[in-house]
Amino acid sequence: MKLTSFLQDGKLTIALTGEIDHHCAKAYIQSLSAKIEAYNPRICVLDFQDVSFMDSSGIAVVINTLRNMTRIEGSLVLTGLSDQPMKVFRASGIDKLVEIKEAV
Amino acid sequence: MKFENYMILEFPSKSANEAFARSAVACFASQLDPTLEELGDIRTAVSEAVTNCIVHAYPDDLGIISLRCRILKDNTLDIVVKDKGVGIENLEQARRPMFTTGGAERSGMGFTIMESFMTTFSVTSSPGKGTSVHMRRKLQRRR
Repeated sequence: MKLTSFLQDGKLTIALTGEIDHHCAKAYIQSLSAKIEAYNPRICVLDFQDVSFMDSSGIAVVINTLRNMTRIEGSLVLTGLSDQPMKVFRASGIDKLVEIKEAV
Repeated sequence: MKFENYMILEFPSKSANEAFARSAVACFASQLDPTLEELGDIRTAVSEAVTNCIVHAYPDDLGIISLRCRILKDNTLDIVVKDKGVGIENLEQARRPMFTTGGAERSGMGFTIMESFMTTFSVTSSPGKGTSVHMRRKLQRRR
């Protein structure tokens, strides 16, 4: 698991990389919630551009992040999704709960 | 022989093997010349099946997961993922979308994804003896 993030004007952008599965989901959930707690952003953008594979563990990562952002009355946006992760999100109906943008 | 080719893998229920299992199946399936979407669907379904064994079948210690892949004559990939773990008491409940006993790290979407990404999907389980997931994906002929 590797992620980079930057904060600008209350918008926290976090770029996820590699393959998201159960093996790394817990680490992702923990570091995403630590970052949200530390920066208290208005908007959190999860950038999936460098995610080459994602299974349903990615849904849990997004749901946890959504919960954290809702708690601090912020919003969550997903971006940079390629076809494979997008199909997993569509199958779960998450695309109806979270805003998905084509590009940053 | 009713099938063209096959492979059998056996590995312990370590989460590092999730990526190994889905990549191995994708490599094996590549001889059918699948599209990127088909390959993505197969990798996702295998990842879900193997993760279920790791999280649910063997919750407290390591156990053996066996994976069998066959290529059937009609350009179909046939996959069986089997464990000898705790089994599933209530299959109907386990297959319901968003139902999980796996806590906040799980989404409860594993069976739903396997079912919707593959052409056929079935699961059999005996509590205390283990679970077997059987799925098939018919691939488009591009040649």
